[in-house]
Amino acid sequence: MITLEHVCKTYRVSKRDAGFSSALKALFHKEYEYIHALDDVSFTIKDGEMVGYIGPNGAGKSSTIKILSGILTPEGGTCRVNGLIPWKNRIEHVRNIGVVFGQRSQLWWDVPVMDSFELLKEIYRIDTLSYRRNLEQLCHMLQLSDLLKMPARQLSLGQRMRCEIAASLLHSPSLLFLDEPTIGLDAVSKLAVRDFILKLNQEQKTTVILTTHDMQDIEALTSRVILIGKGQILMDGSIENIKKGYHSTEEALADFYRSHDL
Amino acid sequence: MKKYIAFFRLRFSMGLQYRTAAFAGIITQFAWASMEILMFRAFYQADADSFPMTFEATCAYVWMQQAFLALFMAWMMENEIFDSIVNGNIAYELCRPINIYNMWFSRSLANRIAKAVLRCFPILLVAAFLPAPYGLMLPASPAAFCLFLFTLLAGVGVTVAFCMLIYMVSFFTISPAGIRMVAVSVVEFFSGATIPLPFFPERLRRIFELLPFASMQNIPLRIYSGDLSGEPMRRAILIQVFWLLTLIGIGKLLDAAAMKKITVQGG
Repeated sequence: MITLEHVCKTYRVSKRDAGFSSALKALFHKEYEYIHALDDVSFTIKDGEMVGYIGPNGAGKSSTIKILSGILTPEGGTCRVNGLIPWKNRIEHVRNIGVVFGQRSQLWWDVPVMDSFELLKEIYRIDTLSYRRNLEQLCHMLQLSDLLKMPARQLSLGQRMRCEIAASLLHSPSLLFLDEPTIGLDAVSKLAVRDFILKLNQEQKTTVILTTHDMQDIEALTSRVILIGKGQILMDGSIENIKKGYHSTEEALADFYRSHDL
Repeated sequence: MKKYIAFFRLRFSMGLQYRTAAFAGIITQFAWASMEILMFRAFYQADADSFPMTFEATCAYVWMQQAFLALFMAWMMENEIFDSIVNGNIAYELCRPINIYNMWFSRSLANRIAKAVLRCFPILLVAAFLPAPYGLMLPASPAAFCLFLFTLLAGVGVTVAFCMLIYMVSFFTISPAGIRMVAVSVVEFFSGATIPLPFFPERLRRIFELLPFASMQNIPLRIYSGDLSGEPMRRAILIQVFWLLTLIGIGKLLDAAAMKKITVQGG
């Protein structure tokens, strides 16, 4: 169970015009702008739900994920994930969550993928039996068997992403955050990843929160969508609400963004 | 504890796979040590009595320093750690049920030890067979050798604990480059990496020996060469243990403060 109530987060961004003279000016007087990444965000997600979290670039998606995974402290509001405040009980909280950041890597670059997995086994103190069982299952579902002995640096993006997802699930978390997990993947890998997430949610009842710009991901996976723009929740419900009367979800969404001046 | 040992193990085995880098390092360190010894030889020939250490002890100091270079060189910091702070990959490490300070500490320690293990043996072996006084003499006594090993480990601990401070400060600045450059030069000079500390004027040396930098390579290398023994040695070891605990303490405080106000950069 995840509850967010009135969460706010502001970033201070230093700002100046291009060019040498303004760089010189900034040397003596720095100007900052305050950006409200999250402005009074509230929502509730029940156990076992699969939720798509969408919005245009810079809407506050990643900030929300960071707050939920305990690595960012908001200025205001309350947030509880399974009864814990993520940033206050970070270590206890992260034991039960898995995170995949599509743009980053958690695998050790120069060693075989298996070594990274073994390290995770120790970090999460997974007992050998469930580790073997999970690994076998993940290998089977994500077709990893041939990849485990290869160093992460020699994997293709799609292969690596499959390994990343497996790495985030070795400790059987009850909650999974996926931040753009299908970014840059080819059609086959994309479908494989989608299938896998769907199965995971249905069979293990893992709660999944998915951020993506790929509307097909959303349509294939989630029944509920939370739409955020300029740090505020604009819609919480079915994607069909937006899609009404349009052929493609992409167009519908683009129009929605435009009409809200995002 | 076990998870930090796992970190140690993985970083260690990773360090062992860079064979070419180790080979190149060995060659460099040979060349460097030879040059340094030749330079000292010229000085000693002018007037051997005006130097605080015997030529033999100085040679042993230089060889040991080059063999264990990876343990003590402050500039051998882990770029991956800086990168992860700057580009935000640290996000993943924060999503793990681990303490960042302990994890990085075991990781840096493993990195240094792996590098040193790969490089030290050829250097020690060749240096041992060089004719006296240019080679590596045997330690002053078995007891001195044991103390050498102990202070060697404590010295790596102090070095890593000091580097940890720089990693931790990087959480608060946008770019770690500046502080890193200053810190590295300070360590080089005050730790006896450029010239052994006994070569400094008496009054300066007394102050230097109280600083944490003197607790890095200065103590083990001088114990080995027999230059440090008896009461001054006991005092030096006490100072070393003090700095080890103090630097770790400060690092842990910075760690706690960083975790409170952390901002992970990039989307």
